Amino acid sequence: MESIEQIRDRLLARFPGAQLAVVANPGPAAQHGLLLDHEHAAAIALFLRDDPVLRLDQCTNVTGIDWPEKEIVETVKSSVPDPAGGPAKIVETKTKRLQPGCLEVVYHLYSVQHGHGPVILRLRTGNRTDAVSVPSLTPVWRACEFQEREVFDLFGVTFAGHPDLRRILMWDGFKDFPMRKDYVEPDDYEWEPTPHGAVLEKAKVHYPAPAPAAPAPTAVPPPAAG
Amino acid sequence: MSDAPTPPPSPAHQPASLPAITDAERAELRRHGILLTSLQELYTWGNSHSVWPLNFGLACCAIEMIAASMAKFDIARFGSEVFRPSPRQADLLIVSGTVTKKMAPQVVRLWNQMPEPKYCIAMGACAISGGPFKQGYNVLKGIDRFIPVDIYIPGCPPRPEALLHGLVQLQEKIKGFTIKGPDAPRHLQKADAGEYPVPEFGARDLEPPHNPAVWSAPTLVRAEKS
Ligand code: SF4
Repeated sequence: MESIEQIRDRLLARFPGAQLAVVANPGPAAQHGLLLDHEHAAAIALFLRDDPVLRLDQCTNVTGIDWPEKEIVETVKSSVPDPAGGPAKIVETKTKRLQPGCLEVVYHLYSVQHGHGPVILRLRTGNRTDAVSVPSLTPVWRACEFQEREVFDLFGVTFAGHPDLRRILMWDGFKDFPMRKDYVEPDDYEWEPTPHGAVLEKAKVHYPAPAPAAPAPTAVPPPAAG
Repeated sequence: MSDAPTPPPSPAHQPASLPAITDAERAELRRHGILLTSLQELYTWGNSHSVWPLNFGLACCAIEMIAASMAKFDIARFGSEVFRPSPRQADLLIVSGTVTKKMAPQVVRLWNQMPEPKYCIAMGACAISGGPFKQGYNVLKGIDRFIPVDIYIPGCPPRPEALLHGLVQLQEKIKGFTIKGPDAPRHLQKADAGEYPVPEFGARDLEPPHNPAVWSAPTLVRAEKS
């Protein structure tokens, strides 16, 4: 199979003006992905599916990634020559910048006909709050339908052009998106015989420790959960 | 049994504490082909040996439940081979697996649709307490928060032998029931409501998160380690 760079170059020749970027995967799997722009995503997907060389006729996996806002500290080292003639001093200047957050959808494509794959496509939303739409690839690969619904359900990405975008795992009236990194779960602590870690922190809130001098500590009934 | 030959004739309203005939005498009579029994004994005997489970599985534990019903473990030896596809014909709800919050109202509905006498087995860590997913956003922390559970079978998953053991324990429990009085089964007691409220889907959790009439969190005294 062609490398992801070759695919990108072929796509750029076929779709001039498309914004394509190879997103490197530094892990041992080294499955580098191709970041598509929204405008050309559907056309490129159709091309990848029908191109006789690639024939990526099966989408096996659609998943989401939450990239929260991140502060990035960049350190630049520069050597300042010592006016007194001594050895040059190394000065570190730190610059902070805020990397904006976004939501990402990842598609894994295979070719059943040629027996190759995966080719990985990525789509990113503008931000995590109001521009959370990406084009749906369900019209190209029908197998994406439920998985895109799952990404919508758990990450809150809306898919433009999806035929039936509803929650799939959580119930319809559910608020919030549980797989986002800033999801706060309901405070439904009830009891735990041997709490530890994060659960112990919750337990401490719900069961205040008895005063040390108290002869017989009495349990405080937990407040109604939910 | 009024029409059974019953020598010696016992007084009509014998107190339960004074059996008219001892077990040894009864065994002796049985050897002579005379079966002497009480309505209560007949009732619990019949009841305990035809516990038909509902054909209903929720997660990995259900695989073990299916294995228990197959030839190797053969749940039929205990009179429970008839897995009924309809709650109207079932006596036993085996909650075999993870109860998600989305599924919980359906489990309560199934329970309500089953006719009395009916029993519930919580099979596996998930059905008992939420198991490995207890702290998850979508897992009920034990089915006993909404319906009464007769037998708890720990394990992840419990082996089929454990399920069979749980079934035998349930049969022992049924045999211990009396027709009247405080030891009567739930449905023969006047206070039994018969129907259990089905929880609603809230914005973040089930509402109510548990049925206070069935379950409340145990009060726990947490000793602070010094
Ligand atoms: S208790 Fe273990 S085996 Fe059973 S449903 Fe839960 S996770 Fe699966």
